Amino acid sequence: MKFNFGFFKSLTVGSLLATSVFADTELTVYTAVEAEDLSRYAAKFNESHPDIKINWVRDSTGIITAKLLAEKNNPQADVVWGLAGTSLLLLKSEGMLEPYAPAGVEKLDSKFVDGDNPPAWVGMDAWVAAVCYNTVEAGKAGLTPPTSWKDLTDAQYAGHLIMPNPNSSGTGFLDVSSWLQLFGEEGGWEYMDALHENIARYTHSGSKPCKLAAAGEIPIGISFAFRGAKSKAAGAPLDIIVPSEGVGWDMEATAIVAGTSKLEAAQKLVDFSVTKEANEMYNQGYAVVAYPGVAKPVEHFPEGLIEAMIPNDFEFAANNRARILKEWQSRYDGKSDPK
Amino acid sequence: MNSANIGNTVVKPKGLVKAKLSRDDIIMRGGMIVIALYLVISLVFPLYSMFSKSFSTFQYDLSKFEVQISDDAGQFSPEIASLQNLNKDLKAITDEELSTGSGGRLGVTIFFPDFSFRSPVMYRIRNVDGQGRFLVGSKLMTGTDWQELDSNTFRRVQLRPVRSTGLSNFINYFSTPALFKSIQNSIFIAIISTVITVILAFWFAYALNRSCMRFKGFFRLIAMAPILVPSLLPGIALVYLFGAQGVIKGLLFGASIYGPIGIIIGSVFFTFPHAFLIISTALAISDARLYEAAISLKASAWKTFWTVTIPGARYGIISAAFVVFNLVITDFGLPKVIGGQFNVLAVDIYKQVIGQQNFEMGAVVSVVLIIPAILAFAIDRVVQSKQVALLTARSVPFNPKPSSRADIIFTIYCGLVGLFIIGMLGICQFAALIKFWPYDLSLSLNNYQFDKMDGGGWGAYYNSIKMALLTALIGTCVIFFGAYLVEKSSGFKTGRAIFQMFAMLPMAIPGMVLGLAYIFFFNNPENPLHIVYGTMAILVICTVTHFYTVSHLTAVTALKQMDSEFESVSASLKQPTFKLFSRVTVPVCLPAILDIAIYLFVNAMTTVSAVVFLYSPKTSLASIAVLNMDDAGDIAPAAAMGMMIFYTNIFARVIHLILSKGVLRRTQAWRSSN
Repeated sequence: MKFNFGFFKSLTVGSLLATSVFADTELTVYTAVEAEDLSRYAAKFNESHPDIKINWVRDSTGIITAKLLAEKNNPQADVVWGLAGTSLLLLKSEGMLEPYAPAGVEKLDSKFVDGDNPPAWVGMDAWVAAVCYNTVEAGKAGLTPPTSWKDLTDAQYAGHLIMPNPNSSGTGFLDVSSWLQLFGEEGGWEYMDALHENIARYTHSGSKPCKLAAAGEIPIGISFAFRGAKSKAAGAPLDIIVPSEGVGWDMEATAIVAGTSKLEAAQKLVDFSVTKEANEMYNQGYAVVAYPGVAKPVEHFPEGLIEAMIPNDFEFAANNRARILKEWQSRYDGKSDPK
Repeated sequence: MNSANIGNTVVKPKGLVKAKLSRDDIIMRGGMIVIALYLVISLVFPLYSMFSKSFSTFQYDLSKFEVQISDDAGQFSPEIASLQNLNKDLKAITDEELSTGSGGRLGVTIFFPDFSFRSPVMYRIRNVDGQGRFLVGSKLMTGTDWQELDSNTFRRVQLRPVRSTGLSNFINYFSTPALFKSIQNSIFIAIISTVITVILAFWFAYALNRSCMRFKGFFRLIAMAPILVPSLLPGIALVYLFGAQGVIKGLLFGASIYGPIGIIIGSVFFTFPHAFLIISTALAISDARLYEAAISLKASAWKTFWTVTIPGARYGIISAAFVVFNLVITDFGLPKVIGGQFNVLAVDIYKQVIGQQNFEMGAVVSVVLIIPAILAFAIDRVVQSKQVALLTARSVPFNPKPSSRADIIFTIYCGLVGLFIIGMLGICQFAALIKFWPYDLSLSLNNYQFDKMDGGGWGAYYNSIKMALLTALIGTCVIFFGAYLVEKSSGFKTGRAIFQMFAMLPMAIPGMVLGLAYIFFFNNPENPLHIVYGTMAILVICTVTHFYTVSHLTAVTALKQMDSEFESVSASLKQPTFKLFSRVTVPVCLPAILDIAIYLFVNAMTTVSAVVFLYSPKTSLASIAVLNMDDAGDIAPAAAMGMMIFYTNIFARVIHLILSKGVLRRTQAWRSSN
């Protein structure tokens, strides 16, 4: 539908123009990074660039992605710093990202950099799938700890398993896309058919399965390692299990939004985002970062997690996303009777 | 100031037709047009945007793409093939499969049965005009230049759809069994919850109006408590009561609370006050002469109940049933928290929009959800219009007689219902104070450190208070003034009828639908009103509009009690109408005005569905924080925030009570002068 807004527009344009005069450059940065980390990131950046002020707009991955897509024809953001790689691929395929090779990008692990030259986005760190296993509740239910994804289809886990719904959770989608890559298209769906028999319910968010496992609402939650480590640190009786077949992962990444009027400042920010010191900063929360050699172990992180990361095909994930989600929905969503 | 008022108004325009328009008339009509314009912009335009969005489809237009193929040596033949022609021969994809969502992608290799990514054959592909779009890998190609690709790259070419209009979203929706099942699920839980709530509320109201039991005031207060919390909160309470670590989960005998059982129990909790109020109003008025007649005819108590009591209260019961049905079917918070795998329409909208960024499908589900909501609303209005006055001048008010046995039974019954309500709230407060349920049951205030959680922190709580105050202030002014204009202006019959219709419309529109409609209308860069998007203003506008109808009806009811002679007298005294308005009308109607304000405040504090699509990171609200913290798995902090909303609303209620008392003494003394 189109309203004719021309007349109103001329009335309001004047008032809009009057508001954008600043001494320093201000960048509007969209992010899905945890709220508690943002001020730390900005402070570190301002140490070397005191003249650039960051105005954060923070929300969950799904909502920030939806917001960016909704603003496709009228982008509000200058930079995206800390959003899921699959989301950035989605934005790239809409032509919404400004390609730019930040200074020093060649030092990064190549799987963290967009394949095009110049790259449309550069990675920061990775979050990795894992299984949160509540030893107390599992003991009560007489379960044995699983060691692989295939184990989870065993009948003993029926009703003791929760995973995120890939239709609403990025973590859920990275699980599904990793199974399709690990087991092949057919094998992947067969695996999920079997797994579905054991799932008590699907949650909307990716961190909830692990928090529910931590709170004893369910013995086993399929979630991500970072969340598990945090809950374990908070005192939950959790084991974080890395399935032996390998685990899916996604990265947080940075990109310049096409059409920004502050390209120079945006480039400075992206330059900073790939530096060694920025990567050391990411390492405080994430065990895996883009800059090789800087990562120090994070407390409560399971061993062997980095080795278990599969060679993730992000292009497959992004380009088949709509199809996979539709298939998933028709197979599992709502068809299952509540148990 | 509650849904009970919906039933009691019948609109009869006053038929004072004047030959010539006075200055006052012009001002009043102008005012009415301004407020009607507000409703058009905040309701009609957004809904129109949403309807058009639901018909906005995405299709792969194969005629927009052309390809050229080389031989094994890399030599291109001059022949250019359109994908449409290729598909005509191949039937690689059916016409139905050509319709897709905004995120749709179609691999191009299906049009080449001999395709192998190892072959040395080269491919060229281009858009025929500026409309076509395709991806090479994840790179978007929009121009009409040929892209020459080797076969291994060519397999990464994905066609993108173009926008068109049609019914295919609806066809797609009704052919997706998972989505279609939600309609059944929604209607199922709405009907069951309605039956249970109406029966429970009926006997509760009966006990309070028709027995001599004690503690009536106390029970009346308890019954109203659920109105003060977001509908998410009973869901959280049920997790702590009946979840895997629930304190009384044994009562479910192994059944899971996550699913229809949880939704129904929670729905009964949050709709109870609405049903209770409406039925209580119906039971409060009754003619004792009917009961005397029944006794003298030697009718049994049972027969009297079915032939006198029920018929007398039937409009209240029917109205309560439809109000409850509407509340349950449009509620989003509760099934989101406790629904498990049981999908309902309102949650589907959220999943489509937030989870999949599929706005078109969100609009389609919204249209589907509007249908039962409007039906329930329409039936309720028809039933109400049939209602005739039960009390006549000769009626004798019914006074219950004490009966020790019945009174004890009623006290026990009300006690059980009260225990249910207090128990739900109490467990939330208890869980909020526990350090790490269920492994560390020591007390702690950790769950109140909202700033460390997702959802917006304490800032969200202060935002909520600010939003609720603004809504109460602006909403009360706009709505009361609008009601005054429509009720007291003379002539202009058609205009007033249209205004009444606009004022009734918000009641029938589910909050989720309104919120989504606002995205489509206000988040359009072409729209100059776009500037309010993401601000506090849009939250206030949305909330005022969402709760317009009940407030409007409350105002109209109060204004109807004032004789229209006032206007005639002031006109003959040559006093401007607005002097009359400020000197007489507003003071006389102050109790109703305060009622509207507290109604708007409480609802603005608890609303989730209307604002869930509209808040921005800077304007997150407490009720949204409850939702997001629960979503992230921080259930105890969610309970803590929910109880903060509860206490804030109690505080507001107390202020309202004090103000009302003071106001009543100062401005309403005339009422008791006889």
